Amino acid sequence: MYDPTVARLTYRALLGRRRALILGALPLLLIGISLVVRALAGADDQTASDLLGGLALATMVPIIGVIAGTGAIGPEIDDGSVVYLLSKPLKRPTIIFTKLIVAIAVTMVFSALPTLIAGFILNGNGQQIAVAYTVAALVSSIAYAALFLLLGTVSRHAVVFGLVYALVWEALFGSLVPGARTLSVQQWSLAVADKVAGGDMISSDVGLTTATVLLIAVTVLATWYAGQKLRALTLAGEE
Amino acid sequence: MAVEHPVAPPSGDQTRIHNIGYRSYDGPRLGRSYARRSLYSQSLRGAYGLGRSVKSKVLPMLLFVVMCVPAAIMVAVAVATKASKLPVDYTEYAIYFQAVISLYVASQAPQSVSRDLRFKTVPLYFSRPIETADYVRAKFAALASAMFILTAAPLLVLYVGALLAKLDFTDQTKGFAQGLVSVTLLSLLLAGLGLVIAAVTPRRGFGIAAVIAVLTISYGAVSTLQAIADAQGSTSAIPWIGLFSPITLIDGVQSAFLGATSAFPGGVGPSHGEGVAYVLVVLGLIAASYGLLMRRYKKVGL
Repeated sequence: MYDPTVARLTYRALLGRRRALILGALPLLLIGISLVVRALAGADDQTASDLLGGLALATMVPIIGVIAGTGAIGPEIDDGSVVYLLSKPLKRPTIIFTKLIVAIAVTMVFSALPTLIAGFILNGNGQQIAVAYTVAALVSSIAYAALFLLLGTVSRHAVVFGLVYALVWEALFGSLVPGARTLSVQQWSLAVADKVAGGDMISSDVGLTTATVLLIAVTVLATWYAGQKLRALTLAGEE
Repeated sequence: MAVEHPVAPPSGDQTRIHNIGYRSYDGPRLGRSYARRSLYSQSLRGAYGLGRSVKSKVLPMLLFVVMCVPAAIMVAVAVATKASKLPVDYTEYAIYFQAVISLYVASQAPQSVSRDLRFKTVPLYFSRPIETADYVRAKFAALASAMFILTAAPLLVLYVGALLAKLDFTDQTKGFAQGLVSVTLLSLLLAGLGLVIAAVTPRRGFGIAAVIAVLTISYGAVSTLQAIADAQGSTSAIPWIGLFSPITLIDGVQSAFLGATSAFPGGVGPSHGEGVAYVLVVLGLIAASYGLLMRRYKKVGL
């Protein structure tokens, strides 16, 4: 199910050249802001929770997920070089699975790790906040990567749709329409974080069971359907 | 095995150039300004998907509708309830819908310049009588105009609606004019930033992600820091933090000079003195993005 060569090529496509710069800049910014906040405001649980929840989990994880998830397959389909990969004797689901693993790994390294570091800088893991948000970032990395990898195989405008989901649906609609929050990766991962932290600093609109079921269902279904899409891929010409 | 026959050398001087009747062009040449105007209008149409496939019309048109419909609803409510003022200020509108505006610039800036880089059409442009400055100006002006249409159309809806609802004419006109100044600055600023980022990469998808990352992360970081500064009681720091993201820059300019209420935490906008710094930073950023674009396209090899 896992092909090292495909993985190596995907890593190179994701982290080669300038991509690594933007992927690295976001976590550095988060850590820099945490340092500033700690220096200005001192250790405070509420501040730490606000910063990690508002900036790390709500903005940084989805954006890195979009870049890694769609970047793992989108450019190849876009410039047509995916046919060289597809013409190799590899099962299409294997290709998708390998790319998913890579996308998840990249998203985790560039979003969950900085979240943990930022959490420790902000309040030294008081009330388990750093660990809880790190777990949330890890969990949502998996779901986002699977979701956006699927988008990458479905549409040429995957990045836009991914961002529309992450910014408009989760952030804008989620804050206005309570029902939209049930269908949001961010809330599902918050439910998991809620369980880890145990305190009342983190809250979610979704129950833990529902969240877990939905997370697993979305990840598995998205991966399966992406494999199906790749089996019957038609290369569209330039519009 | 094919035997290579040596090519027989041409005997004698039998080469000649046939005149097959090509005629040189002696019609009018439309020149540089015409080419620049065409590039401008094509880019502007392209920013709304006109003259492109149906698929590429969907997103810009959808975002345009999303911008205008709430304005129409607000006007309808104001007319129906005979309100004495509109539910939203002209200057506030763009700040409320910054996510939509960011998405628009992120999706259209790369389609304007990244595709030219990727399909290597830039050298073809420069083989016409246009120069670097013409290309940059045409693209910049086109995207800024497209953004202006996007942000000014809902204001126009609000203004017309307000006049139909027989609200105070001078009051509304003043607000409308202030709103127009603010969205003009916003359009120029975001178009410049978006184009600079998009011109770096030939990959459209990557350009979109980079633009949106710069816009949302900077706004997220700035507003978080402002909220923390507000909670800590250091209100004097709030305006200075606001200098570091495009949306808060515009917010600061309009609350200092255009009579807007600031969306900053605590509602403390910058004072007039700080507002001058805001204006300088905005104008500096616009000029800097123009300069960077000029530098980017100086070398045509790309």
